[in-house]
Amino acid sequence: MSNSIPFNERADRFQGYRGPVKEILEKHQIGVWSEVDVTNDRGSVFAGVILPRSETFDDLHLVVKLFNGYNIGIAAERIVSIRETGYKKAVYKIPEKEFPFDPQKKNVTLLGTGGTIASRLDYRTGAVIPAFTPGELYGAVPELADIANLTTKKLFGVFSENMGPEQYKVLAVSIGKEIAKGVDGIVVGHGTDTMSHTGAILSFMVQNSPVPIVVVGSQRSSDRPSSDAALNLINAVRTAAECDIAEVMLCMFGPTSDNYDLLHRGTRCRKMHSSYRSTFRTIGDTPLGTVIRYPNDDGSHFKYLTDDFLRRDKTRVPVINPVFEEKVTILYYYPGFKPDIIEGLTDMGYRGIVIAGTGLGHVNKPLYPAIKRAIQKGVTVVMTVQTLWGFTQMYVYDTGRDLLDLGIIPLDNMLPETAYMKLAWVLGQTDDRRQIHTMMTTPINHETTPREPHNGYLILQGGLPEVDAFVQKHWK
Amino acid sequence: MLDSLDYQAVGLISGLEVHQQLMTSEKLFCRCPAGLYTETHDGEVLRHMRPTLSELGEYDGTALMEFKTKKEIIYLLNQQNVCTYEMDDTPPFLVNQEAIDVTIELCLAMNMDVIDEVHIARKQYLDGSIPTGFQRTAIVGVNGWIPFKGRRLTITHVSVEEDSCREVKDKGHQIIWRTDRLGMPLTETVTGPELFTPQEVREAILLCGLVARSTGRVRTGIGASRQDVNVSVRGGDRCEIKGVPRAGLAVKLVHNEGLRQCNLLKIREELHRRGLRTPDSVRMTAHDVSDVCATADLGFMQRALQAGGKVYVVKIEGVAEIAQHLTQPDTTFLDELRGRVRVIACLDEAPIVLSSAAMPEFPGKHGILERLRKRVNPGDNDDFFIVFGPEEDCRTAAEEIRSRFADATAGVPKETRQALVGGFTTFERILPGPDRMYPDTDLPPTRITRQRMEEIRSRLKPPPWERIERYTSWRVPEETACYLIRRGGAEIVDAVVEKTGVDGLLAGIVIGQQYKALQRSGVPVQRLGVAEWIQVFDLYTDGRIPREAIPAVASTMAKDNLDAEGASTALGIALRKHEVWAKEADRLTFEGYRCKSNEDTDQKRVRFLTGRAVRMLKGKAPAAEVAEFIKTKLGEVAR
Repeated sequence: MSNSIPFNERADRFQGYRGPVKEILEKHQIGVWSEVDVTNDRGSVFAGVILPRSETFDDLHLVVKLFNGYNIGIAAERIVSIRETGYKKAVYKIPEKEFPFDPQKKNVTLLGTGGTIASRLDYRTGAVIPAFTPGELYGAVPELADIANLTTKKLFGVFSENMGPEQYKVLAVSIGKEIAKGVDGIVVGHGTDTMSHTGAILSFMVQNSPVPIVVVGSQRSSDRPSSDAALNLINAVRTAAECDIAEVMLCMFGPTSDNYDLLHRGTRCRKMHSSYRSTFRTIGDTPLGTVIRYPNDDGSHFKYLTDDFLRRDKTRVPVINPVFEEKVTILYYYPGFKPDIIEGLTDMGYRGIVIAGTGLGHVNKPLYPAIKRAIQKGVTVVMTVQTLWGFTQMYVYDTGRDLLDLGIIPLDNMLPETAYMKLAWVLGQTDDRRQIHTMMTTPINHETTPREPHNGYLILQGGLPEVDAFVQKHWK
Repeated sequence: MLDSLDYQAVGLISGLEVHQQLMTSEKLFCRCPAGLYTETHDGEVLRHMRPTLSELGEYDGTALMEFKTKKEIIYLLNQQNVCTYEMDDTPPFLVNQEAIDVTIELCLAMNMDVIDEVHIARKQYLDGSIPTGFQRTAIVGVNGWIPFKGRRLTITHVSVEEDSCREVKDKGHQIIWRTDRLGMPLTETVTGPELFTPQEVREAILLCGLVARSTGRVRTGIGASRQDVNVSVRGGDRCEIKGVPRAGLAVKLVHNEGLRQCNLLKIREELHRRGLRTPDSVRMTAHDVSDVCATADLGFMQRALQAGGKVYVVKIEGVAEIAQHLTQPDTTFLDELRGRVRVIACLDEAPIVLSSAAMPEFPGKHGILERLRKRVNPGDNDDFFIVFGPEEDCRTAAEEIRSRFADATAGVPKETRQALVGGFTTFERILPGPDRMYPDTDLPPTRITRQRMEEIRSRLKPPPWERIERYTSWRVPEETACYLIRRGGAEIVDAVVEKTGVDGLLAGIVIGQQYKALQRSGVPVQRLGVAEWIQVFDLYTDGRIPREAIPAVASTMAKDNLDAEGASTALGIALRKHEVWAKEADRLTFEGYRCKSNEDTDQKRVRFLTGRAVRMLKGKAPAAEVAEFIKTKLGEVAR
């Protein structure tokens, strides 16, 4: 342990500390990452490293990671003496190992948006450090080298919830560039919260792709031994390199067990549980296929669940259309919904409103005048269903027919979030009412489907003896 | 030197980690019921564990070892006791404050410094015993002590943590765990390395158990408390004997571990003498000898070959006869090799590893051994070993055999060893270091205010050593005193003595010994709390029941759910006035009585008749007075 860095030259000396604790640290010229002996009023001596403190915690405690690995908080008022025994800054760097290149293997580019797919821990300090460059990833998930030659590009470092129009555009353009370079597949590392939103917008912005575009993330962070990150990444890289489906897909756990990943169409899937590994589900259809780490009996890693998909064809030229109208919103209808919200949106210059209506696509009558006015003022109003499964059908009841008369566009079984992305993308290109109508109702990549297979809606109800008997036989 | 060991001479040192389940209604980080065990399941999950990289971008020893085993981990789930938290599909809920309170209570009982702000840490376990791959754990107290054999035994720290899964089966590359116990709150009490004989280890385990029990807020029964015992000898290194179920078993386990380490040190000496001084100096070659062994008439080998496996011979240079060196009684260094191979290479078909020097007999053995020798060409000082099973595992096994000999050049490897019946241990895993701990980012810390601590302190029960001293001063046997503390009876005794002013010896004996007897005969004595026992003793101190009737009244109260008044009435044993029972006794004393030949003295006769009369009077008269009465009566008759 060296004391070589003078106190005043250390960066972020009091990271997160305020009030009484900071005073003590200042007085003793000690800060985070200092190795210390702290003695309290009962004579207990705590030897360890001072960690940064979360700014949301109180200002009364000093956090020390003891040399036995445990963390504790020591009350400032009980500190009798504190002595620095060493100083070592957390090393936020992963040693790189050169990612091996094998001319026999396919070339895959990994575009990073900010989710950490791989990381390592600094046990001394507890810091989690993301791995991203090919060398870092190779160190963390060496199996990747058996699958493909990997190149990585970090586009942004944002949490999933901070992805937005600007990022979508950059991402689409970057994908176009990689395709132009002739890669065999693209993987997009992404946080899971808005992963399906990105899957949807990329399906519109990047059409006619010659190669797979695979969006991947993890539900358990990669600093945990039980993380799904490595397996998702392995399967996503495999899909990008070898899968025959040249579409925008999400590659995430099928069951919660470490078994296979599902390949979901970017326009048709949704995060359905706040924390389960198997959170992503294709809605209203079956997924495109499965990918598994160790080959199936036929030697393939893939099982295709449909043959209705765009096949890999490196001669195909993609169409990149990175446009996005930001004045678009989603309204989630509820009983008693007041028209002033729609009035307000109209007056604020919104150009598109996606309604997630009840049942077959309904809202209450008091909204009609507001909707009518919005449409007259040039706002495009589209209808989806908040049931997620099933179609809009606005001819069944009078309310639906009235809404159609007002000029609302029903969007069949398009998911509300997908409808939002599509409307923003369409309005980014045109304000012609008829063209908008045509574009919104003509599917680009299965965002609406002509028919719903009966196994496209399967939410098994636990507790029923026959369901429990079925579930018991499978790895969940 | 297999039976005896001069512990002081070899510098045996031992310390404890005592694990104790707490009596809370819910688990530590979710709202599942705690203590509800099930033997069936209604769901299964398959997982693998992947080590996270350490600071240097390398895997730490234990992590790497456990990753090498490439286990398929299966969890058995039952909806009754497991939710999506235990499956690692839901983040933790806020820590159970009831568990924190009990832990603080335990800390205070052991004179500890309670931590101001408790932080949850993650301790990695890659064996699958916890689905997240880590155990959530937090230090609650440090720097404590308990009085032990006239000195202070240091309690280094006490932490509260979640319990792990129960192992159902571990075979080959698959391990199955039951999840019912997972997540139950548990404390870990760590003593200083200050125990110097196996007997002391036993006594310290009992004492720690007594302290925990004295809170009345811990679980009892099989598996509710388990201890790990750390042992080393001078020149050896720390080995942790895991899962010692009873204090008594610790004696032999600690003795044998001391012995094992002394023998490993002798082996080191011998290896050094032969020039094998560093781990790098151990040279290994491995060969596939499936062809040679194809005709060997050994069932286990043929089964492995038929299943598509291989037989490998592993030559280690310069280690002739080392494998036959005894380590513990009936155990040799070959068993050290077997332990590693079984756990790390997942080869678990007995005999796991064969030694060239101890091959079982089979037809054509010499021919095959000759051909093996030709293949590996061992020098006079070399030895070779045979392993069998899936090829990849055989290769791992060869490397593990080398690695175990390499470790032997350094002496005693730091290991976690599993306790076996009979007082032996076997390799479980490499002992993990502090490099597997990191903060739990999912949960905020818990501030322990001094006010909260003082509130708990004010409710604190007297520590067991204080009670033992007090009870034995009343002449209650120490064994009974300990029983009372363990079973919660001490609470009752103290309250009864305080409230009714009854003699401490009487309360201690009646509650301590009768309680046990009543419980054994199936009486639901747990129904009787402090208030009920006070009622019984009140009747006695008021002179309304004789002391002999106390158990009968208590038993009736418990059985028939009555209060003391009701029970004594039901029994009809409210004490009668002297003239009433004397009249009856007068009539009964000699009724149907014939003097037997063995009642040859007045003394014996009085004793017999008194016993008979007390029974006939159904306890309605004080025995001492009846005896006096009979004595007088006999005197009258004699006259």
